[in-house]
Amino acid sequence: MQNLEEYKGVFVFAQQVDNKVDGIAYELLGKAKELAAPLNTEVTAVLIGSNVKDLCDNLAQYGADRVILVDDPELKDYRTEPYAHALASVINEFKPEIMLVGATAIGRDLGPTVSARVATGLTADCTVLEIGDFPLVAIPGKEAEQKHNQLLMTRPAFGGNTIATIACPDNRPQMATVRPGVMQKIEPIAGAKAEIVEFNPGFTPDNKYVEIKEIVRAVSDIKDIMDAKILVSGGRGVGSSENFKILEDLAAAIGGQVSCSRAVVDSGWKPKELQVGQTGKTVRPNVYFAIGISGAIQHVAGMEESDIIVAINKDEDAPIFDVADYGIVGDLNKIVPQLTESIKAAKAAKANS
Amino acid sequence: MKIIVCIKQVPDTKGGVKFNPDGTLDRGAMLAIMNPDDKAGLEAALRLKDEVGAEVTVLTMGLPKAADVLREAIAMGADKGVLVTDRVLGGADTWATSTTIAGAIRNLDYDLIITGRQAIDGDTAQVGPQIAEHLGIPVISYAQEIKVNGDKVTVKRQYDDRYHMVEAKMPCLITALSELNDPRYMTPGGIFDACKAEITTWGRADLKDVEDCNLGLKGSPTKIAKASDKVRKGAGEKVTPESPEDAVKYIVGKLTEKHVI
Repeated sequence: MQNLEEYKGVFVFAQQVDNKVDGIAYELLGKAKELAAPLNTEVTAVLIGSNVKDLCDNLAQYGADRVILVDDPELKDYRTEPYAHALASVINEFKPEIMLVGATAIGRDLGPTVSARVATGLTADCTVLEIGDFPLVAIPGKEAEQKHNQLLMTRPAFGGNTIATIACPDNRPQMATVRPGVMQKIEPIAGAKAEIVEFNPGFTPDNKYVEIKEIVRAVSDIKDIMDAKILVSGGRGVGSSENFKILEDLAAAIGGQVSCSRAVVDSGWKPKELQVGQTGKTVRPNVYFAIGISGAIQHVAGMEESDIIVAINKDEDAPIFDVADYGIVGDLNKIVPQLTESIKAAKAAKANS
Repeated sequence: MKIIVCIKQVPDTKGGVKFNPDGTLDRGAMLAIMNPDDKAGLEAALRLKDEVGAEVTVLTMGLPKAADVLREAIAMGADKGVLVTDRVLGGADTWATSTTIAGAIRNLDYDLIITGRQAIDGDTAQVGPQIAEHLGIPVISYAQEIKVNGDKVTVKRQYDDRYHMVEAKMPCLITALSELNDPRYMTPGGIFDACKAEITTWGRADLKDVEDCNLGLKGSPTKIAKASDKVRKGAGEKVTPESPEDAVKYIVGKLTEKHVI
């Protein structure tokens, strides 16, 4: 049986790839700082890699009080093993109360493996994390059994149709993976320093060490759609790869970027990194144009937090109209090019006035 | 070669999700289907069977009616089906589910285990890697391509901005993406076989090397504090303009009002 009292502190897996800290690490640090305040505890970043020590200061600037550094040549590129050994060893040695991991293609592999290894629960793809009581309301007559200062982890399920709040009351650490783009980073604190603790549990390759034969990077200079303020997103209704030109023109006129639905990626019209939705990226721009997108729940789950949603679709029953602030039933091929011209004209008029 | 494919019966979300009057999901009104990522995993196993020869066993955990997806898998070309079902296993989270499935798999011979990356009802992507962890074998998740060469398997593993070609010695576990392939249809002969096929049914007593404290609702470290329908922002305005000009006027008007342009 674990002695739960021994477990202290909010820990963040500081994902790095090619010796660059991933944005999700900063987002998690921002959230960890908020969670640490009511618990009156510290924020620790766990940095795993090879020759990554110079990244510690970046983590400090985004809110880490302490960095546990596991640095070993075996850890150069991500592999489930030895990364799982590194993180599980840190958990067993330093006993965090909370362990946060990004819900990335790395974190969604590392998280489950580590949680099974240290025998605790893991809640996937969380969108809200807060400290509270479990049960939320004490059972009458059993008030003493209600646990306080628990991590309450809220996540969508069923393609975003239901939402559940989950606790992990009897095991430590309380582990969660968190969707990228949901938590807010803090403004970096220039010159901040963290205590650095170097820790190496030893790495002996065994049957679980796979061999990386080749790494192929997607060559791309595409800007991350998660950073865009305005997204002009197209779906199957756009009709062809060539016809995305009218969306690109609109995006250029309004100062936005093009994104797309899964159907577009499946058809090979646009690369996967532009995909919005449950199996793509979660975006929350100021304005989201959904053009020729029917609005499957998996797509909506990735864009419904946008401030303003404008939908153009010729099918008046398309589910996208259920989430759109402004829905226009009509032919995108006629409306979009005229809209582009109109916006150009409006901007020109404003510039001249 | 022996391959185990883990599959799950899930409610179909295509064509919309149905709700009860009280706002809860109406699972009865939705078709129960084989989870799409799992089906891609099954197809990958069947292709290996076609190419290099393999015995493919499909395994599922669920209610007795989950036997339907095992029969569908056999109709597609799988050889055997195992259903793990028991009341004491109900309400399991991913820890208890993976413990249960690992306990069942310990009774079987295998070179390769294939699971789907994630199920469309829970979307956690946790059970595959956790089964591998319980069994002490390597896991390669997010597989876009699988090739077998002797006692080794080579997998194209997808990441956010790259892929790795990874080689592992079998036995190992692979989680499949639905982008991996287009699953084949059931064949008439296969459907005939599936009707006759005997499904092995296992309960708690058949699980090897597992403790009761790690099973079912009680053995689940994660507990649901609250579950509800997502409160969605309601629909805004919907207009059907007479002409594209009117449509543009409407949009520009709204964007100006909101200070976007």
